[in-house]
Amino acid sequence: MNAMAETKARVARPLSPHLQIYRPTLTMMMSIVHRITGIGLYFGTLLLAWWFISAGGPNGYARFEWFIGSWIGRLILFGYTWALIHHMLGGIRHLIWDSGRGLGPSEREWLVAANLIGSIIITILLWIIGLLAMGGSV
Amino acid sequence: MSGETHIRTPLAKVRGRGSAKSGTKHFWHQRLTALANIPLTIAAVVILITLLGRNQAAAAQILGSPTITIIMLLFIGSTTVHMRIGMAVVIEDYVHDETAKLALLIANTFFTVVVGLAAAYGILKLSFGL
Repeated sequence: MNAMAETKARVARPLSPHLQIYRPTLTMMMSIVHRITGIGLYFGTLLLAWWFISAGGPNGYARFEWFIGSWIGRLILFGYTWALIHHMLGGIRHLIWDSGRGLGPSEREWLVAANLIGSIIITILLWIIGLLAMGGSV
Repeated sequence: MSGETHIRTPLAKVRGRGSAKSGTKHFWHQRLTALANIPLTIAAVVILITLLGRNQAAAAQILGSPTITIIMLLFIGSTTVHMRIGMAVVIEDYVHDETAKLALLIANTFFTVVVGLAAAYGILKLSFGL
């Protein structure tokens, strides 16, 4: 199939319209954000593995806590939290759509807005709880 | 029949042979793991928050307790399978050079297996008190 595509590559054919042709919509942008957060979480798993492995000893855990307590570590962890919540809510939205529900013009816009606003609110709440749990010590 | 030359499309060649019965495997597994990830992610976030502000010994004790270890192992297993399928879709969508695509798909499998195994090892080590 690929060989076929290559031999005919020079034939100028009309292309189907792609992303740049359309006016950006909220559902389209959120579809892209779902992918970006997924990619972010993919690499964020390294942080989780480091957390678990470092918990095996005080020296390693001190190094992990130093990194996660630094401004760059905090920023990464905050981004990871938001990406995790956003991707999870986005996943629920996709599962609802997979069932054939919520695809109407107003429903899909409502779902997408709830996804975005919900992820921001939950992330902030989690960080308030997290900072309270740390008691401002770190 | 094999010696004859036919002008047949790839579709015509496979038509009538029945399906391989695995065409929707990745589609289904992505949704299955997505569903499992919902309660597992909520549980994992709650567990990780309880670790904040505690020292290494306390963190190790929490992560190493049987229920927490099992939840975390399920979380690691389900998310890494989900990650592997998701990243494969992204690679297949955006990388069109065959060699680069193959290399990235191989790297994707290696990465997800290594990171999943490393995280699982970290948890199991605490649980077994090694």
